[in-house]
Amino acid sequence: MKIELKNVTKKFGKEYALKEADLSLSPGKIYGLTGPNGSGKSTILKLITGLSFPDSGSVLIGGRPAARKETKNIAYLTELDMFYDPFRVKDMIHFYETQFSDFRINKAWDLLKDMKIDGDKKIGKLSKGNRGRLKLALTLARDAAVVLLDEPFSGLDPMVRESIVKSLLTYLELDKQTIVIATHEIHEIEQILDEVVVVLNGRIEEKKDVEQLREESGMSLLEWLKRFIEEKN
Amino acid sequence: MENEFSASKPIYRQIAEQLFKKMIRGEIKPGEKLPSVRELAVQTQVNPNTIQRTYNEMERMGVVETRRGQGTFVVEHTEVIDDLKREMRSEVIGQFVQSMEELGLSKQDMLLELDRFLQKGDPK
Repeated sequence: MKIELKNVTKKFGKEYALKEADLSLSPGKIYGLTGPNGSGKSTILKLITGLSFPDSGSVLIGGRPAARKETKNIAYLTELDMFYDPFRVKDMIHFYETQFSDFRINKAWDLLKDMKIDGDKKIGKLSKGNRGRLKLALTLARDAAVVLLDEPFSGLDPMVRESIVKSLLTYLELDKQTIVIATHEIHEIEQILDEVVVVLNGRIEEKKDVEQLREESGMSLLEWLKRFIEEKN
Repeated sequence: MENEFSASKPIYRQIAEQLFKKMIRGEIKPGEKLPSVRELAVQTQVNPNTIQRTYNEMERMGVVETRRGQGTFVVEHTEVIDDLKREMRSEVIGQFVQSMEELGLSKQDMLLELDRFLQKGDPK
C-alpha cells in the first residue's frame, strides 16, 4: 500500500514535531527513516498508524486517510514493549492470533525456530536480545501491507542485530509490502535499504536511492549522512 | 558469502563481480542454476531488489538467463565466461600498471619488480 504525507504539520504544544512534510512511500521498497533523536521519526510512524493525527495536511494509506480502523493493514513495531511477563512465548503468539486476522501462526513458529526461542519459556525470563527478537517475530508474522519498525535494533548487541537483519530478509514480502525502518543506527541496515529519508528538526530534508547515493558521492550511507547533517546544522 | 562492501561502488555491481569471479574460477559452472533472489539476499544480507538488479544486469550482459518459473541460470556457452575472464584480467592489470606509473616506474622496472615479487614474495 502506498503511504502519502501531504503538507503535514504536527505540533506538541508550541513545538513543531513535524513541519509541512511531504512524503510518498511505495510498495516493494524498504525505506530507512533516519535522523537524530527527537527529529520527528516516531511522529511520522505514529501518524501513519493513525495513533496520532496531523494538525494540518493529510496522511493517506492506500489513498484513504490514516485512522485507527485502517491500522488493520499495518504491522507496527514500537520502541516500547507491552509483553505480559508471566505469559509464555506461545501464549503471546496465541494472543496475537486472536487480535490480528492477518496473523500467520505458522510463520510465527518458523520465525521463532530460526531465532531459537523456546515457546514454553516465560516472557519475563527472556534475555533482552530474545525479547527484541520475539517483538520482531510477532510483527513479521502478520501479512500486513505496511510494516513499520521503530528502532528495531535499539539496545541490542551486534549478533542480535545481524540475526534481525537476516529475519527481515527471509520473511519480508517485498512484492506486496511497504517497509519503513526508523533508526539512527543506519550502519546496521545500509545494505538492505532501497531509499533513505532524512528527517531533521521536524522537516523531511532528503529522500534518496541508496545505491545512487553511494555511486554519486563515493561514500557509505553513514559517511554521507554525517556530512549531510553537519552541512544542515 | 558474507560481505563488507566497499563504499564507493554500487552493491549490485560488487555482487555481480563476486559471481563473475566464481564463474571464472569454475566454482559456478556453465548451465548451473544460481541461488534464488531471496536466497542470495539472505546469504549476502543485501536488499532483494539489489540482487534482482544484479541478475538483470548479468542477463543484459548475456552471462545468465532467466527461465520462467525455474530461476536464473548461467549460460551454456563458455565464450561469454572467457570474455569476462579477459575483461576482468585486463582491468586488474590496467590498474596495476597505472599505479606503478604513478610511482614513476618504467615498463622495464615494472617487469623486473613483478618478476622479483613472484620469485621471492614481498621483499619488505
